[in-house]
Amino acid sequence: MMKRNQLILGDKTLAQITDDICQPVETMPSKGWVALFLSAKTLLIFYVIILGIIIANGMGLLGVNHPNGWGTMIITFVFWIGIGHAGTLISAILFLFRQKWRTSVARTAEAMTVFAVMTAGLFPLIHTGRPWLDFWLFPYPNQRGPLWVNFRSPLLWDVVAVSTYATVSIVFWYIGLVPDFATIKDRAKNKIRRLAYGALSLGWRGTARNWSHYEMLYLILAGLSTPLVLSVHTIVSFDFAVAALPGWHTTIFPPYFVAGAIFSGFAMVVTLMTLVRIGIPQFKDYITIDHMEVMNKIIMTTGLMVGYAYACEFFIAWYSGNQYERYVFINRAFGPYGWSYWIMVTCNVIIPQLFWFKAFRRSIPIMFVVSVFVNIGMWFERYVITITSLHRDFLPSNWGQYAWSFFDGAVLFGSFGMFLTLFLLYLRLFPAVSIAEIKPMLPVGRKDLEGNH
Amino acid sequence: MGKKRLGGFAGIWTDEHKVVKACAKVHALGFTKFDAITPYPVHGMEEACGIKRSPIPYVTFVAGITGLLGGLLFTWWTSAVNWPINVGGKPFFSLPAFIPIIFELTILFAALSSVGALFYLCKLPQVDPPVIDPDLTSHKFAIFVPVNDTGYDEARLEQLFKEMGATETKKVAEF
Repeated sequence: MMKRNQLILGDKTLAQITDDICQPVETMPSKGWVALFLSAKTLLIFYVIILGIIIANGMGLLGVNHPNGWGTMIITFVFWIGIGHAGTLISAILFLFRQKWRTSVARTAEAMTVFAVMTAGLFPLIHTGRPWLDFWLFPYPNQRGPLWVNFRSPLLWDVVAVSTYATVSIVFWYIGLVPDFATIKDRAKNKIRRLAYGALSLGWRGTARNWSHYEMLYLILAGLSTPLVLSVHTIVSFDFAVAALPGWHTTIFPPYFVAGAIFSGFAMVVTLMTLVRIGIPQFKDYITIDHMEVMNKIIMTTGLMVGYAYACEFFIAWYSGNQYERYVFINRAFGPYGWSYWIMVTCNVIIPQLFWFKAFRRSIPIMFVVSVFVNIGMWFERYVITITSLHRDFLPSNWGQYAWSFFDGAVLFGSFGMFLTLFLLYLRLFPAVSIAEIKPMLPVGRKDLEGNH
Repeated sequence: MGKKRLGGFAGIWTDEHKVVKACAKVHALGFTKFDAITPYPVHGMEEACGIKRSPIPYVTFVAGITGLLGGLLFTWWTSAVNWPINVGGKPFFSLPAFIPIIFELTILFAALSSVGALFYLCKLPQVDPPVIDPDLTSHKFAIFVPVNDTGYDEARLEQLFKEMGATETKKVAEF
């Protein structure tokens, strides 16, 4: 039998694991964290101000105009939703496949999902132009008929899919946190911490009967989240694919979007994990180079899928014989927005090829740089899909450029402030590796412990 | 809440495998109301304690079906009965277009009801329930036998727990 590498390094005992993971929650933050938090928070305040100005003045501040009715808000919405998908893939799909390595990154990846979906969710709500009327998106009895929402519209499917996804992700994440909150509560030396985490733990005590129900529920939630996550990005792709616009109206969109989502999400997990490992050094024993290497392999694989989708789209545009379809794709690569297309191809297809080499897959600086490029590339992928398809459609008299404004850049930049503020708070307030889930993984690859299976 | 908390007798272990064996022994001796307290789900514990399979999947199934039928009825009633609107000449009851909505509602109902079932079965949330030892959520394992269990006898339990490798035994006022 092949020897397995240890999932947790450093021959830990159970008590050491608890100490290691609870340390960031129980100690004062370092100067580095405070500096990062203040920067992120400043960016968040900037973001709030920018959104306030946009809501007060209207969507005209952004570059959206005829023919580009969709712009930065929708591009960045798809970008953040996509990032969220890797968290669910790690926490649910890899759980069903019994991939034990997922355990140490699952909690933080799920947190990333929750925060990314929260960041994403704001965009379409503001893009409506009149966010104070956003409750119209939901079907509720009203005095206008009652006039119901149009259930045949992909945009309405998106409302239902994203709100379901947000709800189930938060619940799944919280259920995973409950036993760990109980651990922190039982260790708490001061009253306030005991009270806060005691309330969060809901009075969990870890009896065998409770664990039996708990494990069953965890399995069920993983089983439900798996089709859910696939459906969400499928439905996001329907926002485009159901429209009759060349460049959008293709059947490849659902798998192409799902692969791209997992690709970008894993890149974000790698970006964040390299930083978490620096910020909280004892996590290097839990989130090992082996873990990072596996994620880099997934990045490369999904990167190849995305590259295949790019090629396939071009082939079908030619093979369809449809002149509008052909024009859109030639224009995409060589038209006025050709630069964005080639940024996308370079970042998403060419740069991840570095991961064919084991030394690069296991090098922290290289994987950090590659993952940042992948994130840039995946934002540009949505930019290419949205802008290049819209800006030149059937009639040349209908053509135009996207008038990128200061507010477009500010919204994109500012959304990172929201995400990073939430993420940095999470690292300090919640146990960032699942204490109860990681402990059963302790014997993997170790000879000195019984019950090695 | 509701039910009164009972006192009892507890043994504490530091080894996962010993506590599983001890549970199997306690179960074999005819105790039925005892429970094990562990910091994480221990492999083989359910068999050792004789715990039946959790009924949560039945809740999930029924809730999922409810969500599915509810979504189907709702989209049909709103689009074809209550206020039918002609959208691009499509049928009022356009089932394929309603499938995403129906699917999402199935998942939502199933997931939330399953969580509700866990809360009900584990009697959560509880306000500051008594704890036998604060290390039981970190690195220690315990078996707790309540006073009303068949054959409850503290001297006998103490001897049994010690034999099975318990590092500590104690009388618990309430759990």
